Amino acid sequence: MYRYDEFDRRFLDERVAQYRGQVARRLSGQLTEDEFRPLRLMNGLYLQLHAYMLRVSIPYGTLSSDQLRMLAHVARTYDKGYGHFTTRQNIQYNWIKLEESPEILADLATVEMHGIQTSGNSFRNITTDPFAGVTEDEIEDPRPWCEIIRQWSALHPEFSFLPRKFKIAVSAAAKHDRAAVKMHDLGLYLRRNEAGEVGFQVLIGGGLGRTPYLGLALREFLPKRDLLAYLEAALRVYNQYGRRDNIFKARIKILVHALGIEKLREEVEAEFDASSKDGLELPEAAVDAITKQFTPPSYADAAGDDAILQRILAADPLFARWVKNNTHAHKVPGHAIVSISLKPPGRPPGDCSASQMEAIAALADELSFGEIRVTHEQNLVLPHVRKAALHELWLRLAEAGLGSANIGLASDIIACPGLDYCGLATARSIPIAQVLGERLAAREEAIGKLAIKISGCINACGHHHVGHIGILGLDKNGEEFYQITIGGSDDEHAAIGAVAGPAVAAKDVPRAVDRLIDAYLHLRRGDERFPETYRRVGMNPFKEALYAAG
Amino acid sequence: MLLDKTGNAAADEWRHLADDEAAPEGEAVSVSLKRWERDHNALKGRDAKLGLHLPNTANPVALNGEVHRFALIALEFPNFKDGRAYSQARLLRSRLRYKGELRATGNVLRDQLLFMRRAGFDSFEVDGGRALAEDWAKAFGEFDVFYQSSSDNRPWVMRQRFPAA
Repeated sequence: MYRYDEFDRRFLDERVAQYRGQVARRLSGQLTEDEFRPLRLMNGLYLQLHAYMLRVSIPYGTLSSDQLRMLAHVARTYDKGYGHFTTRQNIQYNWIKLEESPEILADLATVEMHGIQTSGNSFRNITTDPFAGVTEDEIEDPRPWCEIIRQWSALHPEFSFLPRKFKIAVSAAAKHDRAAVKMHDLGLYLRRNEAGEVGFQVLIGGGLGRTPYLGLALREFLPKRDLLAYLEAALRVYNQYGRRDNIFKARIKILVHALGIEKLREEVEAEFDASSKDGLELPEAAVDAITKQFTPPSYADAAGDDAILQRILAADPLFARWVKNNTHAHKVPGHAIVSISLKPPGRPPGDCSASQMEAIAALADELSFGEIRVTHEQNLVLPHVRKAALHELWLRLAEAGLGSANIGLASDIIACPGLDYCGLATARSIPIAQVLGERLAAREEAIGKLAIKISGCINACGHHHVGHIGILGLDKNGEEFYQITIGGSDDEHAAIGAVAGPAVAAKDVPRAVDRLIDAYLHLRRGDERFPETYRRVGMNPFKEALYAAG
Repeated sequence: MLLDKTGNAAADEWRHLADDEAAPEGEAVSVSLKRWERDHNALKGRDAKLGLHLPNTANPVALNGEVHRFALIALEFPNFKDGRAYSQARLLRSRLRYKGELRATGNVLRDQLLFMRRAGFDSFEVDGGRALAEDWAKAFGEFDVFYQSSSDNRPWVMRQRFPAA
């Protein structure tokens, strides 16, 4: 993992002191709320329906056990004893007091954490594959590049007041996209060119919200050394030409589609050619030093672990189910990547209590080299677990209420906080997720992989556009209604779902989802997943099932 | 009130001319881009310093070749959240190598001063009462660690870590 040096630490201390001063000026009335708002937002503090919400940055979703223990401390000391992991690999606390926020940030700074740029019209948290560095399906570890971009984008002197927020995701996996790269303002895939050099494919203009688009290729191959200069060129074009007259048309995706990708590419390439690369070059020594911080841990020789695991699997079918759904191939023999589900059916998706965080931190210390990852599906990952330790891990997770074996299944639902917390929401998300999770858990093994995603308003924080089944909460004359989209996908086969028809009342959502699933089970061929069946048969059979009388 | 690049009060020698106001001799005056485009021949012949107010929708690269005629270029922040002038400033300093005074005007607030300074601004038109009450000069010293190379030529972290690079 990346550890701060003296510069990083000093920067963060200066930031905490600056924010403390800003809050004092707000409380004394020197700053108006309108002036203070962007300042607190740039430190992650939102005002929601009932209280302030603090979003803490988890750079590229990587946590140390000490950091997770600090997140537990914040939950217990300053909030109601829990936190909520988000679709951008961050965590947010929903019951924060403004006066205490400088103290929280000071506490977080002691473990190299902060809320910088988790909101506001600038760069947001850089996200990546939660399996980075441990999956075989990877050209190289993307995290050093995430860290390089993180540093370059921190309080950028030119791009801190962009037309709108700007999200960057990086993935190096050759086959599987676990970082939803195509849904980002700017996406980077590490790729090898014909000459065998590793560089980036650059995508631009992806995003969900009220106008969902998948990112388009801006540059097929960008040499590594040009990364920052190229990002600077792209951002300069956006900063100058992105719309500022209408907040709903200010994301770069709107500029991409207004100009057309060819014209935008011309502008970016011209800016890149003309601009000075001074100070943007990446000295090899700098890249090497950052890369070195991500050196893999010293794994034990676990060659015998597979045989041990096989014996336990044969004896314990419940454990076998968890292993099948919640563990993934690791590049080192005898090891596994373990997903910890934060979706026990009936509970708010992504929530985690302080004591659960502490339990996970302890397990990470004992069994995963003290490292934890956060996924954009709002689950956690222990990236380096010996297979012989899986059974003990499973038992101890279950003791902490974290034993759900539902990763990737119907009850592994993504949901935004919705009208229970959020000032923008038009309907509740969490209760819908709770009801669906409980209802579907019993038959989810038979259903297989299924991604249900729920947003409480058209801003789409619950990623409903890319759910196999997407559910969007709307307000119809004071009543909660839910529009259903189907056929979306957020992986390497990314697609925006299509609206199935008229929205349904809250009480009818479970039956509607049941009918869609029944139709899928009836229509699917072999091990086809929901979006594949949808692509083959089209909307009509699903629509008929959904709106059939009775 | 005018602040200099250290955040201290400075005397303002400049007067901005309305587009229909005659240009006096011997006085430092600034004009709008529109006025410059209309009257540039007459303005070039004056024997006094000339400044330019550039709207934040103008691409400064279009001034190439003429940019060094201006002893002052004023950029505007119609609202502090509108950050287009940061890119204009960077283009002027880094691309066009503009060496004159670069002034921030409009909704210039304490918590944006350091960003502006880093992007290449070196004077700031501000609300004097607030600047005194909130001790704006301190805003320039809130950080001494920076992750980017920029137009204020301060050391940046990557270079500090690897001086030889």
